[in-house]
This record gives sequence, C-alpha cells and structure tokens, in this order.
Amino acid sequence: MNFSEFIKLSLLTLRRNKIRSLLTMLGIIIGVSSVILLVSIGTGLQEYITSTFESLGTNTVYVMPGKVDLKSMQSAGMSMISVSKFDTSDVLDILRNSSVITEASPAIVGAGLITYRGKTVSTETVGVWENYFLIQNFTAATGDIITQNDVERSRKVIVLGDKPASDLFGDTDPVGTYVTLGEVRYLVKGRLEAKGAGGALGSSIDDHAFIPYTTGLRQFNQSNPYMIAAQAATQDDVEQAATDIKRTLLRRLKEDDFTVMKQSELLSTINQMLGAITLALGGIAAISLLVGGIGIMNIMLVSVTERTREIGLRKAVGATEQDILVQFLIEAMILSLFGGLIGIAIGALGSYAMKQLITTYVTLWSVLLAFGFSAFIGIIFGVAPAIRASKLDPIEALRYE
Amino acid sequence: MADALLRLTHVSKEYRMDGVVFQALDDISLRVHKQEFVAIMGPSGSGKSTLMHIIGCLDRPTSGVMYLEEHNIFKANDTELAQVRNHHIGFVFQQFNLLRKTTAKENVELPLVYAHVAARERKRRAVETLTKVGLADKLDNYPSQLSGGQQQRVAIARALVTNPDILLADEPTGNLDSKSGIDIMNILVSLSKTGKTIILVTHDEHIAQYAHRVIKLVDGKVVGDVKRRTL
Repeated sequence: MNFSEFIKLSLLTLRRNKIRSLLTMLGIIIGVSSVILLVSIGTGLQEYITSTFESLGTNTVYVMPGKVDLKSMQSAGMSMISVSKFDTSDVLDILRNSSVITEASPAIVGAGLITYRGKTVSTETVGVWENYFLIQNFTAATGDIITQNDVERSRKVIVLGDKPASDLFGDTDPVGTYVTLGEVRYLVKGRLEAKGAGGALGSSIDDHAFIPYTTGLRQFNQSNPYMIAAQAATQDDVEQAATDIKRTLLRRLKEDDFTVMKQSELLSTINQMLGAITLALGGIAAISLLVGGIGIMNIMLVSVTERTREIGLRKAVGATEQDILVQFLIEAMILSLFGGLIGIAIGALGSYAMKQLITTYVTLWSVLLAFGFSAFIGIIFGVAPAIRASKLDPIEALRYE
Repeated sequence: MADALLRLTHVSKEYRMDGVVFQALDDISLRVHKQEFVAIMGPSGSGKSTLMHIIGCLDRPTSGVMYLEEHNIFKANDTELAQVRNHHIGFVFQQFNLLRKTTAKENVELPLVYAHVAARERKRRAVETLTKVGLADKLDNYPSQLSGGQQQRVAIARALVTNPDILLADEPTGNLDSKSGIDIMNILVSLSKTGKTIILVTHDEHIAQYAHRVIKLVDGKVVGDVKRRTL
C-alpha cells in the first residue's frame, strides 16, 4: 500500500463516520481557534499601543509626580495620588538648562463633563501650553490649537479631541459653538485630527479635550502643574534630555518627588507585559489542544476495538503490521490536521469579527504553531492506538464479536 | 508424490492457559498436492481450526515444520508471512468477514491493495473475479444489500482474486441455509475442477463429501485420511 492509498483509505473511513470524526476534531478545532484568536487579540493590543505611542512621538519625555517604578509597576497607582510638587517655573528651567530639549509644557489634568445641547460626554480635560500639541504631534483638523496667547489671557476656549467632538457634534464642524465644561461655558476653538489608532481601548488618545493651562488651573482649582511633558530634538537625545531634566529638578526637589519617564521606555515595558500576557493566553489555549489530542486518542482506541474484526481480516488477506500501523496513524493525523485547518479558519474568522470592536492581528507564528502542534498531537496521540491495532493477533481478531 | 504443494512434518501446537498446557495439535504430518480438494473434519476441539490457522500462516506451530512449495514457511518473519498469506493463500470464513460500508468490488480489491497492484488493474481483476462467481450485477452493492449466499460468494471472489495456490475455507456453509450452502459448495467443486487446490474445514459429513479426500482429526491427531472417488 502506498502513501496516497493510505490517505484515501483514511479519508474514506473518516467520511463514513462523519459525526464521530467531527466530534473528535472538535477538541482540536476549539484548541487551535482559541490559540489563534487569543494570540491575535494580544498581538493586536500590542500593535495598537505601539502605534498609539509612536503617533505621540518617540522622543517625548514625561515628568510625573512621585516615584513611579516602571519595572515593577507596583506604584503605578501611587503616582496617581502623589501630590505634585512641580511649579510652572520648573518648565522654564528645564527648557533653559538643556540644549537638547526643544519643547516643554506643563499639564494639568482633570475629569470633565462636556455638555452641548443636552448631550454630555465624559472626557479627560488637559490644561496645556501651545507647545504641548507639538510634543504630542497633535494638529487641528478644523479651527486652531490652543495658542500661548490663549494661555496668557486665560481664555475660556477649548480644543476637542476627535472622540468627544464626534460624540457631541457628529460630522458637523464644532468650531465657534459654545460647550459647557463643568459649570463654565467654553468657546470651541478647534477640533483635533484623529490619530486613528482607533478602537474601544478605554482612554484613547483621541478621547481628550484641551484648554489653556492657566484656564485649567482655575477650572480644576489647582496652583501648579500635575506633570510636565518635554520633547528632545531627536530620538538619540532622549537619554540626555532625561538626565538634564533630572539635574534641573533635583536643585529644588527630592529624588522621590518626581519620575522622568521616556516614552520609548514606557512603550517597551508595556510591550513586555503584553507579550507575556499574549504568551500566557496562548499557553492556556494550548492546554485545550492537549485535551483535544487526548480526545483523538480516546476515539482512536474505541475505533481500534470496534474494528478488531476488520483488522484481523486485513491481516489475513496480507496486511503487514506496518500497513495497519500506518493506516491508523494516518487516520489520527488527518483528524488532527483537518481539525487544525478548521480551527485556523474559525480562529481567523473570529479574529476578523473581533476587529469591529478591538484591534486584532493574526500572526503567522501563532498559525504555524497551532497547526504544527495539532499535527504533533495527531502523531503522539495516534501512536498508542495504532500500535495496539498493529499488534492484534489476527486469529483472535477474526473471532472477536 | 514428491512435489507436494504443502507438506507438514511433526507439527504440534500447544497453548498455555493459566499454567495448564493444552495440546491443540499433536505431531501432525501430512501432504497436500496441487489440485487436491481436501476436507479436514473433526468435532469441535479436535484442532481443525488450529490446523487451518497454521496452514493459513496465521499462526506458528510450537514445533514441526511446514513447507509450501518446498519453502520452509515458518522461517519467515511476520512481515514475510503476511506476504505469503497475500500471495499464496485465499481465506473463506464462516462469518464472511466482509468490510461493512464497503462495496463488493472494494472488498474483493482488498488483497490486491496489499499486493501493491495499481488501482485500475485492481478494479479490472475484482470485476473479473466477481463475474466468475456470478455477481457481475452486484459490483457496487454493500454487504448489507446482499443475501448470505451472495456475501459468501463475494468472500470467495476476494480469496481468489490474487490467484492463490491454496483456497482455505473454514466452515464456508456454516452460516447459510442449505440451498445457499449447496450453491457455495458447487462453486468450490467447479473451482477444484479448474485445478485450484482447496482445503475445507468442516464438522459436517455432507459438506465433507464434496471433497476428494477427507482427513479426520480427533484430539489434535490425524485418525483417518481417506481418498474418495472423484464425484
């Protein structure tokens, strides 16, 4: 018997037991599709965050209040409640004391309910200087950004990010209309270009509104900036910029009062974390592949018992042990490979369907891994039943009822 | 007499069950010549099935030698024995042992599959052999669509399709009504007339009468070996 005959025979046998074959494959199908789906979600998340960060500029440096340890991330929550000890003058000092820092801006952050004609959106409202837009690569789609003039005069103007703008105004141009922030009326000055790294990922970078820094201080009843954003001339200068900022701030503040965060560092830390999560998700899904493999072994063992007479007859008419072994092994492999292929299709389709909600990205390695693993499982869990079949004594087998 | 197709010398077979030794065959020596039609008779437990399994190369004797066309068969390993069964032996069983959900034609093709015969040639020979046993119109029928007699004829075609030296039939009429049984025996008789060597295992005197020679076994020993006049 040659290889193609074995495959033909196995396909025939499996087709004659359609329901059972499908149920046997189900374990592998679920396993493979969940590996692909979960990895695609994890990878999509990584892609989303990377592109978001990159659209914000990779030569950005943030100065946050308190001690933030990126490596352990334990005090990530701490920084939120750390009291800022920055002063507006620090921003000017930073600009003055570094040759590589081109822009710097204080930022005051507050939650704000923006209301327009009965419609209300909740968005993070940030009080900034003009150059904050430069640092973050924000440009106005319509109207204008906050200018230094607005800051000096504490004008009650607001620039809406793409998300709150479209939530409140749809496609109509909001420039020139008045919205209410808290209790105060603001003139809409501009609408920002969408960064487009879209998706329902909580606080999107498009989900912000900006007001002049000085207006922000009054709006949120604060007297100093919550954080400082700065931009190095080039990506190579980021390290130097961070050092300069630290040196400048240490003249007035203690080491524990602030943390300098580089955008790239933040990105790589987050990516590391997401990578680990993706791997863990894939690993958990891979366990279901293992369970699927055991399912295949189980059914193949039942099949061998059921077909004892057939095996005896095949041996009587001249099948060798190897013929029987290969026949059952190929049957198990076809089950797992077909299951793998169907699983890949379902996983990819599922990932495509999820794209409506979040960024997903089907990676080649997850497809190859899932497929390879299912083939591997077919062999591993097919061997035991195949050996049992090949070792059956033909006389006993022919007598089997 | 020298050129025996099959020669058994001092063949014994013992089974051990829970420490008890059971002598299934006790020092059997016999020769079967080409074109002979032999019936092996005996009550159940006489060892006739064991003898058939050994002649059919499905089992090995505990001691003794068997020659098939002067080849010492049991020197071969299991894979070679499978090939001997494939090329030289054709089995017909009491239970027919056809594969379910497999057509008559495909059932007959089966031994040729293991003989590495190409698909087209397999089909041609299967059709030819099924025609010989009178089933030209049942090629694509499944066993469940055939009567017992027809199923046994498919099994005979399967046994014949490799053109084996010996046709081994184990109680071929045991599961059939008397009319179908006579049909099957007539097929065996006509095969014998065309020169096929047939060894028939049965406990039924009437069936044994179709053969030219009857070997009687009791308790694993040959107690009678009678040649009849050709009918």
